[in-house]
Amino acid sequence: MWAYTLKRVLQGIITVWFIATATFFGMHSVPGDPLSGERASTEAIRANLEARYGLDRPLGEQYVIFLGNMLRGDFGISYTQQNREVNDIIREHFPVSATLGILAVMIAALGGVLWGALTALYRNRLPDYIIMFLVILGISVPSFVFAALGQLGLVGLNSAAGRTLLPVAGWGTVSHMLLPALVLGLGTMAYMTRLMRSSMLEVMSADYIRTAKAKGLPMSRIFTHHQLRNAVLPVITVLGPAIAAITTGGFVVELVFAIPGLGRYFVQAVQQLDYTVIMGTTVFYGAFLVFMVILVDLVYSWVDPRVRLQ
Amino acid sequence: MQQEPNYRQSSAPIESEPAVEADKVPGDNSAQGQNLISAAGKQLLTFAIVAVVGLLVTMFLLDALAGLTSSQSTVSSSAIDYENNEITSHLRDEPPQMNSMRSTDSISGQVLNHVMEGLLRYDEHGDLVGGVAEQWALNGNVMTFHLRENARWSNGEAVTAHDFEFAWKNVLAPSTGSQYAFILYPILNAEAANNGEVPLDDVGVQAVDDFTLEVTLETPIAYFDRMVAFVTYMPANEAFYEQTNGRYGADADELLYNGPFMIESWVHGASMRLVKNPYYWDKERIRLDAINFAHMTSDPNTLLNLFKDEQIVMTNLGSQMLEEAMFQGWQIDRFMEGTVWYIEFNHRDGRLTTNKNLRMALTLAQDPGELVNRVIKLPGYLPGESLFPVWLQGKERPFRQEHPAPVYERNIELAREYLQKALDEMELEELPPLALLTGDSPNARMQAEYYQEVFQRNLGIDVVIDAQIFRQRLDKMTSGEFDLVMAGWGPDYNDPLTFADLFASWNLNNRGRYSNPELDAQIRIAQSSLDTGERMQAFAEIQRIIHEDVVIMPNYERGYVYVTHPELKGMLRRVIGAETDFTYAWIDGARDDRSGGDNDNQQGGE
Amino acid sequence: MSQYNDGVHRTLRDSDFEPLGEQSTTPLLVRPSRSYWQDAWIRLKANRRALVSLYLVIGLLLFTFIGPMIWRVDPALQDVDQISIAPGADRSALVAEAYEPWVNGQVEPDFAGGSGLRLAAEPTTLRVRLLWDPMPGADNYRVYRNNYPIEDPQALGIPLADITRDNVYWYEDRLDLRARDYYYAVVVLDELGQPTDQFETVEVNVGRVITAVEARNRGLVGAGESLAVGDEVMMPWHPLGTDYLGRDMLARLMAGARVSLFIGLLAPLLYVVIGVVYGASAGFLGGKADQVMMRFADFVVALPFLLFMILFQVVFGIGPGESGIVPMLIALVVLLWPATARLVRGQILQIREEAYVSAAKLLGASHHYLILRHMIPNTLGVILVTLTFAVPSAIFTEAFLSFIGMGVAPPTASWGSMCNEGLKNMLTHPHELVFPAAMISITVLAFNLLGDGLRDALDAKMRSAE
Repeated sequence: MWAYTLKRVLQGIITVWFIATATFFGMHSVPGDPLSGERASTEAIRANLEARYGLDRPLGEQYVIFLGNMLRGDFGISYTQQNREVNDIIREHFPVSATLGILAVMIAALGGVLWGALTALYRNRLPDYIIMFLVILGISVPSFVFAALGQLGLVGLNSAAGRTLLPVAGWGTVSHMLLPALVLGLGTMAYMTRLMRSSMLEVMSADYIRTAKAKGLPMSRIFTHHQLRNAVLPVITVLGPAIAAITTGGFVVELVFAIPGLGRYFVQAVQQLDYTVIMGTTVFYGAFLVFMVILVDLVYSWVDPRVRLQ
Repeated sequence: MQQEPNYRQSSAPIESEPAVEADKVPGDNSAQGQNLISAAGKQLLTFAIVAVVGLLVTMFLLDALAGLTSSQSTVSSSAIDYENNEITSHLRDEPPQMNSMRSTDSISGQVLNHVMEGLLRYDEHGDLVGGVAEQWALNGNVMTFHLRENARWSNGEAVTAHDFEFAWKNVLAPSTGSQYAFILYPILNAEAANNGEVPLDDVGVQAVDDFTLEVTLETPIAYFDRMVAFVTYMPANEAFYEQTNGRYGADADELLYNGPFMIESWVHGASMRLVKNPYYWDKERIRLDAINFAHMTSDPNTLLNLFKDEQIVMTNLGSQMLEEAMFQGWQIDRFMEGTVWYIEFNHRDGRLTTNKNLRMALTLAQDPGELVNRVIKLPGYLPGESLFPVWLQGKERPFRQEHPAPVYERNIELAREYLQKALDEMELEELPPLALLTGDSPNARMQAEYYQEVFQRNLGIDVVIDAQIFRQRLDKMTSGEFDLVMAGWGPDYNDPLTFADLFASWNLNNRGRYSNPELDAQIRIAQSSLDTGERMQAFAEIQRIIHEDVVIMPNYERGYVYVTHPELKGMLRRVIGAETDFTYAWIDGARDDRSGGDNDNQQGGE
Repeated sequence: MSQYNDGVHRTLRDSDFEPLGEQSTTPLLVRPSRSYWQDAWIRLKANRRALVSLYLVIGLLLFTFIGPMIWRVDPALQDVDQISIAPGADRSALVAEAYEPWVNGQVEPDFAGGSGLRLAAEPTTLRVRLLWDPMPGADNYRVYRNNYPIEDPQALGIPLADITRDNVYWYEDRLDLRARDYYYAVVVLDELGQPTDQFETVEVNVGRVITAVEARNRGLVGAGESLAVGDEVMMPWHPLGTDYLGRDMLARLMAGARVSLFIGLLAPLLYVVIGVVYGASAGFLGGKADQVMMRFADFVVALPFLLFMILFQVVFGIGPGESGIVPMLIALVVLLWPATARLVRGQILQIREEAYVSAAKLLGASHHYLILRHMIPNTLGVILVTLTFAVPSAIFTEAFLSFIGMGVAPPTASWGSMCNEGLKNMLTHPHELVFPAAMISITVLAFNLLGDGLRDALDAKMRSAE
């Protein structure tokens, strides 16, 4: 177990190095100049700025410096926000994205399990049809449409109520989180509902359920201890990738709801060619994703004893 | 998230429905099935309750956690807080650079104009008045500023002439790498010092004593007082600056304020709160106790929704929102934001657009009026006629009233004739495609698509669009990789020269590299003359040359249409300085120490 | 069998122990021999949802490729007289004289004037000309326009212009005029430029017109037909309305479909093929080669997908006149092939260990036979299902990137970019959002359901259950 964990972590570190290298050379081959501003600057000013960011050195040297700094956990200073460190930006904005992501995943997973179990119970009956219709909607409508409609609906709700029930946009309090998290989690929830449904149906016909019934166990006990517990396993497998996808994929929701998350910063940084922020964010997210997947694998082996770690 | 395909595929087999066998489960024994459902129903209900409770607990937990790591929570108050005499508004984005010496953008400028004050500033009528300086006079090459002795920093120290000398020299120091250093170039030796050719001590700015600042200029210029009001000329306290260790302006407590407000809290990317500065020398003038910039976003729909929800005091309207605004019965205002937008031709050798007849043909084939009235559809915009916008002041009346701009009326027949002439001159059968460089914003794309089709339909010219992100567009503009580029220019100071010298052969912002000795000569006159009449004549000449030589194709002058909370009065929209200025604003009906007052001009910028 | 069931207490006779003799026919097979694909097709046909989605997909392909041949409207053509019109809008217009600038502020001859704020000419969608009498003590005015009757002096509508020149008491409005009622107001401004409560209003009923030249240019009348001022013509028909530049929505949806489906179909096809080759090679080679190859695939899988999609878009860059489809295609392929590679490798490894493969080997089956008979049919199903599910993902990714402005370059239309543009106008012109969003949804849905159906149909394990 420990050897396995160590091996995975080591692989993870190499992967992060791979990501960092890919990003570094990708970024430096982009046409365009991160130092240009609206007003043209003279040669002298440009040279000063280049020296400031170390852009005057050869690419190989820059790469070595970049790797060295990265090892120390230092991603440098942002190009557009010239007196903020990339570390500050990540530290301040990642918790926002993570909060949103965790909530969205929770909503997705809990909702998915609940609706999935319901549809399986009521298979081919009205509740099943209604929920599956909503699921289809959730899968096929792009999230930006949901976000815009959600916000619009909230304005209508607030004006109907005559006061602000839930804030329309912004960040800060619990009430700010609800709608964005819901919108962000909707697609995944729909997907997990489908997963849970088929997994439940599979479990229902399993031998151990028949055995449990034969033993005369109460229905409620069979349901919780045998059906639900086993049916939920596939949902857990997709949890890791889902967390990563949701956390890094929250740009649209962050944009629409004016949430100061890291995703929004990343998009802006790309548009501004802010090298340091792009590299910092990518490496950080890459590492986050890699270790999240490792973590989920470990958790899964613990939940499902059938899975043997090699 | 649906966009992430990875996990969906890899887990596809898990999802497969055990179709046939599973069918039997509820069916094989209906009584048992019912039993199961009712039993499971209760379980699921419990599960749902636990889930919701768990979710709520997590939310509060995360909220608390976020509060521990950084002060993420923002003030979520309504647009107007009568009790505390404060308002809530928004910023278009996070201010990127709050160090006035290195700041280049309008968002930082908006905040800086609220929390800092230069030697001079603009009042509610748009007139230049004393800020930190009480009196100022130009005497030959030397401009002397006498500073008021009651101007204070927010730590109680006096704002002295040394603070200005330090700030200006710091701007010019090569190591600072300030991109707006050029705006100080009228000062003696400023350019040389910025290029590292002479030491900073040789720059013509000197604090004679604590309250007298003497500025020596390269040559006497008429508009230097108006330049001094610009952000880059703002002061900085040297002792404080050194103490911040290069983080000057990075956070609320890493900046010293001498303006009407000071930043109380700044949550990056989320919100900023300004409170009245008790040390401000003219604090009686300031009627609001606090300004919350509670949102940092430029998404027009989000802002409209926030305004509708009474969360912010003002927002700009897009053309698609006018109907809603009229329906709601809001009071709608407009203001000219001060920038001019045009298609710039590439005048570099070897480019097709060096042919004047081609430029003429393109210009005659389009109608800026159609662009503004049919495509942009915002009443704030004016069809472009000249490089000089309408708000610039002439000798007595607005410049454009004294010197009306000559315009080309759309004439497609004539345009085709010119095109034929151009083709004959260039000995071409057919015009190769022209590259139209533009930005990646929705509006830039829309206008590029509009022009592409106009030129195709009216002249049969193939225009290919080159939409690039900001920095790549700038790069291409600088290196000249375009035939046409959609560009705009905004003023740095309140004088026609801020537009007029744009196409000087030596100006680096002349991205099309237009070069014309006749134009250069006029610009020299406008720069050096001290006689207003003579300067205006020179500007009129510049306007004529640019028109006759078809240097640019004017598109429009940008304007904004906006709505304001009916209880907020005295908000200014400025062309120069803070785009939205709350320093003269007050809340109607809120407690107010001052009564009456004549600050009811809402449109100082115009 | 029956004799054992009906009679329980029966004594056996000798005849019972006689042989039955030669059977006249060979035993009938329980079901006809069908190939794997025939079988799958039959099962797919039995699945109603899958069948409907198959028809949907075929319909989409027809819409994309046959549609433009039937609806021959240039998707780039701008109809500036009909910008952002809804489906089914009234399109009759009167022919008017060409627009001439109004320079003198005079009332048009034969036009009934009046007093106060009034019209100086017949109001048309080309222009509305307003005229008013000087108001006492005022030299500056502001002109407002409203879509609703003016009641509140605080809410006069949208401010069109400030009239600050001396002796000018007229204004010409040309801003986005539609055939409808407008309510104009002229307000007196004080010295500071602030509106006072002194104002006059007028209601104006604007008629839709088109100039004769435009009508001819747009081919609204035959070449030989005469056209006089006041004739009624029909403006071009746009069955699904137009967008913000007056382009035909239907034609643009078709053009957008070509881009969206091109990316949505080709990208998965490419990366699935690459993934299959890569994964199958790794699976076959096994050992060290397999280790190294799969480790590399793991690196690529670990890249944060959307972040790298955006990075790739920037790194490749879109040159002048390029649509940006190719960079997106490459980015999708580069980032997504390992998922398929892993899947295929796993399948190959699994099949290699299957008993029937060992059996075939024992029976002396050649390598070729193994691959053709066992490996391919048994993995093809999984690959096909993967492919079907990859289509909606790719379409979503395209839409998503276009939505944040990192997708296809203008003037190329894709459903995603159309959604992005439509979202701005959601409140006033919902059709600009609804149609492209619906197209995305239908496509994604169709491919998802088809994928479900295919999976059920191709799952070889389920043959026995029938």
